[in-house]
Amino acid sequence: MKPKILIITGYGVNCEAESKYAWELAGADVDLVHLNDLIENAGRLQDYAGLMFIGGFSYGDHMTSGHVFARRVKHHLQEELQKFIDAERVVLGICNGFQVMTKMGLLPGLNGGYFDPKVALMQNECGCFQNRWVELAFEQTSNCVFTKGLDRMPLPVRHGEGKLFTPDKKIFAEIESAGCVACRYVDGTSGKPTQDFPQNPNGSLNAIAGLTDPTGRVFGMMPHPEAYLFPENHPQWKRQKLEGALPEHGSGLQLFENAVKFLQG
Amino acid sequence: MAERIEIGLKSGVPDARGRGVVGKARSFLGLGLSSCRTRDVFRIDIELKGREVAAIRKAFADPVIGRSAIGRLSPPPFEWLIEVGFKPGVTDNVGRTAEVVVADVLGRKLGPYEQVYTSTQYFLKGGGLSRDDATRIATDLLANVLIQTVAVYSPEEWSASPIDESVPAIHDDTEARVRTYDLSGSDDDLMRISREGILSLSLDEMHAIREHYKRPDVRAERQALGLPAQPTDLELECIAQTWSEHCSHKIFAGNIRYMDENGDEENIQSLFKTYIRAATEKIGENIDWLVSVFTDNAGIIAFNERIHLAYKVETHNSPSALDPYGGSITGIVGVNRDPMGTGMGCQLLANVWGYCLGSPFYDGDLPAGLMHPRRIRDGVHEGVIDGGNQSGIPWVRGFECFDDRYIGKPLVYCGTLGTIPVTVTGGPSERKEIVPGDLVVMCGGRIGKDGIHGATFSSEELRQESPAQAVQIGDPITQRKMYEFLMEARDLGLFRCITDNGAGGISCSFGEMGKYSGGAEVDLKNAPLKYEGLQPWEIFLSEAQERMTLAVDPAHIGQFMDLATRRDVEATVMGAFTSSGELKVMYGDRLIGLLDMDFLYETGCPTLEMEARWKPPEIQLPQLPKAGSRTKNLLSLLGRLNVCSKEFKSRSYDGEVKGLSVIKPFVGVYEDVPTDATVMRVEYQSNEGVALAEGINPFYSDIDTYDMTASVIDEAVRRIISVGGRLDRIAGLDNFCWPDPVQSEKTPDGFYKMAQLVRSNKALYDITTAYGVPCISGKDSMKNDSVRGGRKISIPPTLLFSTIGRIDDVRTVITMDWKHDGDVIYIIGVTRDEMGASEYHRMLAEDQGEPGHFGGRAPGLDVSMALTWYRAMNRATDAGLLKSAHTPTVGGLGVALALCALGGDLGADVDMSAVPLDGIMSDDAVLFSESNSRFVVTCTEEKASALEAIFEGLPIARIGTVNSSGRLTVSGKRGRRIVDADLAKLRKAFKKTLWNI
Repeated sequence: MKPKILIITGYGVNCEAESKYAWELAGADVDLVHLNDLIENAGRLQDYAGLMFIGGFSYGDHMTSGHVFARRVKHHLQEELQKFIDAERVVLGICNGFQVMTKMGLLPGLNGGYFDPKVALMQNECGCFQNRWVELAFEQTSNCVFTKGLDRMPLPVRHGEGKLFTPDKKIFAEIESAGCVACRYVDGTSGKPTQDFPQNPNGSLNAIAGLTDPTGRVFGMMPHPEAYLFPENHPQWKRQKLEGALPEHGSGLQLFENAVKFLQG
Repeated sequence: MAERIEIGLKSGVPDARGRGVVGKARSFLGLGLSSCRTRDVFRIDIELKGREVAAIRKAFADPVIGRSAIGRLSPPPFEWLIEVGFKPGVTDNVGRTAEVVVADVLGRKLGPYEQVYTSTQYFLKGGGLSRDDATRIATDLLANVLIQTVAVYSPEEWSASPIDESVPAIHDDTEARVRTYDLSGSDDDLMRISREGILSLSLDEMHAIREHYKRPDVRAERQALGLPAQPTDLELECIAQTWSEHCSHKIFAGNIRYMDENGDEENIQSLFKTYIRAATEKIGENIDWLVSVFTDNAGIIAFNERIHLAYKVETHNSPSALDPYGGSITGIVGVNRDPMGTGMGCQLLANVWGYCLGSPFYDGDLPAGLMHPRRIRDGVHEGVIDGGNQSGIPWVRGFECFDDRYIGKPLVYCGTLGTIPVTVTGGPSERKEIVPGDLVVMCGGRIGKDGIHGATFSSEELRQESPAQAVQIGDPITQRKMYEFLMEARDLGLFRCITDNGAGGISCSFGEMGKYSGGAEVDLKNAPLKYEGLQPWEIFLSEAQERMTLAVDPAHIGQFMDLATRRDVEATVMGAFTSSGELKVMYGDRLIGLLDMDFLYETGCPTLEMEARWKPPEIQLPQLPKAGSRTKNLLSLLGRLNVCSKEFKSRSYDGEVKGLSVIKPFVGVYEDVPTDATVMRVEYQSNEGVALAEGINPFYSDIDTYDMTASVIDEAVRRIISVGGRLDRIAGLDNFCWPDPVQSEKTPDGFYKMAQLVRSNKALYDITTAYGVPCISGKDSMKNDSVRGGRKISIPPTLLFSTIGRIDDVRTVITMDWKHDGDVIYIIGVTRDEMGASEYHRMLAEDQGEPGHFGGRAPGLDVSMALTWYRAMNRATDAGLLKSAHTPTVGGLGVALALCALGGDLGADVDMSAVPLDGIMSDDAVLFSESNSRFVVTCTEEKASALEAIFEGLPIARIGTVNSSGRLTVSGKRGRRIVDADLAKLRKAFKKTLWNI
């Protein structure tokens, strides 16, 4: 059976088309639901196997990115969300969606505390929005259902506020020890996590690009897997093709396929 | 009194915004402060009870990194504090978002005048700044005093001052009044009325209006309806708006007597009809993919059996000169509404931008009242970055063109490509129809005084007193909400017709739509206002942003309004469409304006009579350097503003949202070399795509605008061909930006400038018809002069020609970067000695201290030859023979070879003696001439003979081989080595000029 995914739209999030395509390509059914319609009928969330907070500029990133969208979701949907997570469903947040989830406290979700924000995604170290391709390495020990079995992946970043930060060093240690880090920015040649711009495009601490909750079912990342579904999305695809190394699909699809596989048991 | 909340970062949390201020203060103003911490201030002009304000404070701040206080948050150590807020009536997008949070906390909807106002604090430290220094930082870096307020405090002043809880609300209880204009006076009186009212009406036009109101039938009707005999303010304002150069393109519609250099005369009745539309009509006889051209907000062409494409490029020059950020964000968000209001409403697929600016390093005199070009550049980029990124539309093309004649008026081009299903709710999607009785509905943002006189103002040269009202700030989020709502409403069949509100606001859109039914009657009292105190004519003319006008069948209005409410979009029924032939404007139950549609749009405005005289200019040549190495010259060329990398700023634009990109704006091993054209898919389920490119070169205008125009069209077409686009499926957009070309006291060289315009149009007709590339939409902006500080600065005649081409299968496209060691390099086309106004000649002239000595022959165009080469290129790409293809333009073959090498990070050994030439030429000319229609391509050795076979009988030559030496070496005549450059050096030269700037 095809798992059903709900994508929340409205108020400036804008990656609905490619996110829908990604899930469909991976074998899921997708409904795009406007935030107002979901708030009006919050119970319908439980009809779905997965929820996605997509990328974009909810409320223009005003009052810091994701802040207002997160407040509204938490204000109106907290109970339903808790129920949804408790019922073994999956939640994905990409870019602005990751920011929203972090602001809400869904991530890192240490000790099951889902609505208590612990970290911030703040303004990039370079001071401005960046759109460029980066190299990611997935944590092999992570139990994130989206990234299972993945090693390295090139993906685009497109954000102004992606630096994972907290002034509280203890929190970082906890995140690391609880296995909440799902992927990091790495140097393309050495494969090692890096703090150097532009390989690490935002100066994120410990080069963290994505977080999972301890269950592995709630996951968010700054880079955009839904923007690498076609092999021709890769900036070097012409070279890959000449060398016979062009993949059939963009690698970003693998995260969605992983989630669908998980949901299909 | 409002509640004040201040939010800052916890200590130890880095402040990237503050660090940006430190960096800019140093590089821009030479002021070395050591730190800057920033704070956000919210003033909440809402009645709050008990613990509500505490709950709002908590809801505003980030608990992880932020701290906040009601009233004042204790300041960090500082020497100067700058607080920047908005002037009354200026759009405050962050404030608008904060209102959403407040509404959630209060658990109720806010009233229209319950508002939140924001400002920003900058705490500066170090550098021994004086008050003047701090004020300079405030006014030259942080704030635009046209629209923002600035306060500077020392620590003592700050602690002694009361907590500022005032708000920049507009409290204007002026009663609505309708005045009449007395047009019975002298000509001087008429011109005074025009000038003082910023109406930009000419004497001829004032006379035409006076005569119209004198007509017995008009008088009789007005008397019967109780209207004054003289025009009301609303009527005169509406006529002025409609007849403005900005809205009615009088120069392109007027009559011109043109005299060429031999004294031969010709009468031209409308440049637009004679050249632009005639060319498209002629081409249209032989093609079947033009769906809607020149009639709607954007041109529509067929793409496949499912969808059409709509494309439009606009300029937003005058507002960007006054407020670069606000002007440009309004430019991009505004042009989005063009496809959105085309046909039954298009989805938005991609954005393009381009700026013509003064040098960011300009160090000459700057007339009072003009901003430094670097500040304009920063603001313009920031505005389009925010507008495009927040709208979720990827950028696909961008360019910057630098010349110090743009310091008076920057040109800010913004364009949008849209898609629309071939049929929408059972009918052709390009249809525009309205049935009398359909309701006039306005939706989107509220109306304020913003942008009043925008259209008439942009039709004037920039004067010192140009009104601040002409500045607006776009709000991409309000628009995005409206856009999604409209797409939903479209597919549900909830409206019959749609258009956007641009220049002239509803006075233009109601009238334009009224043409489809034959009239409209509206009540301005229904209009949703941002604040009280607007006069009816101001409501009618306001250019407040993010608004669309629709025609809704009364049977659907309930469903339409219900959906609008659920999507949080404000929609208002303003009246109904009629077939009376009149635009009837009420204010409550009072009739305040009656305009005859025929007079207003068709017959009323007198035709301009203009004169043009062409005399080719005489321009001296620079001295060519002695024979020898040109390595240094090539390095210098690569670093020049109009050649060098524009990547640094471009990286802040989102180019990949939607995930459809195929050839991105930057290509190559390091993704740092600009592509000739970008390519993207249009739908997820198909491998069909579009290629987008453009040509612009105002420098050739100094020699002959005919050559300029031919060259930019050729460049824009050739770029599409180079990536694999089909010659028979390319469409163009023309954007003319000109200095005022009408001879007058203030434009004593008008005859010449008009001749430049005529010649440009002639070339446009000649070249587009020869290539079969129809213009599907276009725009002109004809008053790009500044007379500030007693100095007139006019832009060079500038034509942006944008192209869109069809790609049958995106998997077969070709990029410009070299691919492998051993690949063979070919040059296709003929190189001529055409160095006039070339980058090389201009560089030599500047270096020799005679910047005006850039003469020579500008690149010409042999269209019949070019066509055979382009068709052969199409065959070569179809056969899959090419590994790379690039179009040499500015900087000639030398720069072209360097860019291909940098793209591939591969060297080459090139022999220029093989290059097909027209006559005997110097090495300099072979290397740097900018002759049109040429390509540099590579292929494998195995495919070389097949490529040569396709180009048999055409000018093609093998000029070298790609290698992995890491060096580009070029030999010229008699085997002399003329270039020998290390790739790392070439890359550094190409990238360093605008890096971090």
